Amino acid sequence: MITHPYARRFTVWGATMRADQLKLAGVLVATALSIWFLYPSFRYYTLTPAQRQALPPGDLASLRRKAVHLGLDLQGGMHLVLEVDKSRLSAEEAKDAVDRAMEVLRRRIDEFGVAEPLIQREGEERIAIQLPGLTDRQRAMDLIGKTALLEFKLVRTPDEARNVWSRIDAYLAARGAAAAAGLDTAMRRSPLTSHFLEIDNPAFVRQEDLPMVEKLLASAGLDSVIPGDSQLQWSSPDQGARGVTGRALYLTRREPEMTGGSIATAQAQVGLEQANPASWGVSVTMSPRGRADFARVTGNNVNRHLAIVLDGEVSSAPVIRERIPSGNASITGGNFTVETAKDLAIVLRAGALPAPVHVIDERSVGPSLGSDSIHEGFTAGLVGTALVVIFMVVYYQLSGVVAIVAMLLNTIYVIAALGGFGATLTLPGIAGLVLTVGMAVDTNVLIFERIREELRNQRSVRQSVEMGYDRAFRTILDAHLTTLISAVFLFQFGTGPIKGFAVTLSIGLIANMFTAVLFTRMIYDFILSRGKVERLSI
Amino acid sequence: MFQILHGTDIPFMRYRRIAYLFSGGLAVATAIWLIVHGGPRYSVDFTGGTLLQIRLSQVVPADQIRHALDEGGYRGVELQQMTGENRNEYLLRMKAGAQGDPIAGVQSAIQKQMPGVTVEQRRAENVGPKVGGELRTKAIWAILGSLAGILVYVGVRYQFKYALGAVVALFHDVFVTLGMLCFTHREVSLTVVAALLTIAGYSINDTIVVFDRIRERAKALRKEKHSRVMDIAVNETLSRTIITSLTVFLTALALFIWGGEVLRDFSFAMLMGVGFGTYSSVFVASALALDVWIGLDRRKGIQAE
Repeated sequence: MITHPYARRFTVWGATMRADQLKLAGVLVATALSIWFLYPSFRYYTLTPAQRQALPPGDLASLRRKAVHLGLDLQGGMHLVLEVDKSRLSAEEAKDAVDRAMEVLRRRIDEFGVAEPLIQREGEERIAIQLPGLTDRQRAMDLIGKTALLEFKLVRTPDEARNVWSRIDAYLAARGAAAAAGLDTAMRRSPLTSHFLEIDNPAFVRQEDLPMVEKLLASAGLDSVIPGDSQLQWSSPDQGARGVTGRALYLTRREPEMTGGSIATAQAQVGLEQANPASWGVSVTMSPRGRADFARVTGNNVNRHLAIVLDGEVSSAPVIRERIPSGNASITGGNFTVETAKDLAIVLRAGALPAPVHVIDERSVGPSLGSDSIHEGFTAGLVGTALVVIFMVVYYQLSGVVAIVAMLLNTIYVIAALGGFGATLTLPGIAGLVLTVGMAVDTNVLIFERIREELRNQRSVRQSVEMGYDRAFRTILDAHLTTLISAVFLFQFGTGPIKGFAVTLSIGLIANMFTAVLFTRMIYDFILSRGKVERLSI
Repeated sequence: MFQILHGTDIPFMRYRRIAYLFSGGLAVATAIWLIVHGGPRYSVDFTGGTLLQIRLSQVVPADQIRHALDEGGYRGVELQQMTGENRNEYLLRMKAGAQGDPIAGVQSAIQKQMPGVTVEQRRAENVGPKVGGELRTKAIWAILGSLAGILVYVGVRYQFKYALGAVVALFHDVFVTLGMLCFTHREVSLTVVAALLTIAGYSINDTIVVFDRIRERAKALRKEKHSRVMDIAVNETLSRTIITSLTVFLTALALFIWGGEVLRDFSFAMLMGVGFGTYSSVFVASALALDVWIGLDRRKGIQAE
């Protein structure tokens, strides 16, 4: 039983339309919409750098928003997942630690100047960060990974320190730790201080002796000989003393006099150290309350050293010459470059993270690989499409051309949908798009083969077309549904790039039902409506 | 009209035992490989660890880079030099748990030994062991989930006698593709899992085409032997089975050749999956359906072959 397609009528918004008119209207609307959504992408990605400069920034930004977004794997950039280490926080502090950390990170990244960063919470204790177009990985890691806990701690007097050094020596010697560590007999009586360049506060340890000293200081039970209110504290690495490099070891008060919370602002500056006028550092200005605290601390401790400790390492420990009422302090001695000084100023201004963060997942793609990937994906797409076009046209002739037009329409719809939904095009997404080209014509192959079969059974062209579409439909629907099932699970499982693949594949499959079935049918109906057709080019 | 594979009358079902041997052999080989190696070669996505792709300003022999890495204290780094035009590119893989920042460390180690050479970082992945474990669990669930989803669909759509063959063919395609990845020493990464899932969804398409025809023919040709019905259905749909796969194969091939290094394992898996999917729709799905059909009839006391 075959119903004549033109007998069916539909009512749309009160107007009666024939089935073919309705289909035509559908295709025209979908295509017009696609071009509307595609246009910003086309404009944005064909702009020359000069044209981009000439455009008002507002227009450029809105154009970029409407264009298809490129994933980090295509435009280059960095994707990080951070875990906030709440282990040392109280229950009260832990409650909003992740939110506070996100706030701090957002401020830091904003100041760093990355276009369109994305900072999202992921689950209970994770933060995902996307930094598109970022090239200096090391700098970004320093900026994001630093806790930036700034503490001002009083340095113990040299006498107090010497006392502690000798108690450590005695403890280690008694325990035989020195022998166990493989030291010479001569050094066994004073295992620690024999490694010191000067026995003072701070003591200085040569680079090559650092592993041994660290090992000795890690000996069990050593804490018992250090007074409870004091603490050992290393300087930042690569310090110089008497012409050798190494690290200084300080004995400080355990409780900080002040923390970075009292800082109002911080600036990178050159020439903060008189002895070293070309070196960079960071000058810090305190808030009004911090200023009062700083005046009190400095006033009470004139002629003592105040260690400026950043994330557990002493940057410098200048002597307090007099009470400082201005609330100005400077951080020097960290072997700063212009960039590291600027970045430290940024993190100090943005505030310390409420807890340390660890990078648990990092993916960076350099801009060169990103653009290579676009180029290669594009080439593969063109070649793949060309191969399919050649095959279809040779094998199915004019009908092949119809299938190709449907396939191209399908591709346009998919890209337009990506732009319209604000989805992201990733490298696997491009692969999905290329595969969709091959899958899209499959639908028409199934229909064409059915039509051929009916033609061979001596049916008329019109009947063959009707039956070809009707009989192939169920198979086509099944085939699409099974692939769609996979795509849905893929989307659930996927990380960014894989999601991009699942999305392109799904949109491609759905659009294909429209282009390969409805659109091509419309073409045949049109051809057949123009009178009796004896032969079909198929 | 220009046509291939029309009017064929190949007695496919007669060769099904050979096909069982072939498929069974591949599956067993895959299983043995997996048991011997303790699973597939997972990428850093799943094991955790570091992957670094660098490009040097000139081609340097791999052993010089190996030497530089050893000097810098990075032993046990898996080093792979790329081929063809990208001979100045190297892939470095490290296990999780390295001290400090291995990405920066490795680059400076190479830089130190080769002062005149610039090192450009093309790609860096550093996955913590916890994240790797989570992704592995998620991948397994995604594969099981989509297989189950397709199974339910096939179960609802077809009688048991067909469904079993379709299901075995589905597992066969995914498993043998995995085997091909293993045999060629490719890594199972997130994108490869995506390919395996796509294969699961796509490879059953050919089976659906053949089965729909078998169902149609089984009604019309009651008097014929079961195997003859099968052969007729398979031969009638042969051209579309081959052509639909061919078009996807062509695009996957384009991706494999021109799609770049990052997509190579993905497109390899697709190529294999599409190939085996086509083969299995005839030699696994239809052949098994035939044997189930014969078995069911014989149990009912009907002579069938």
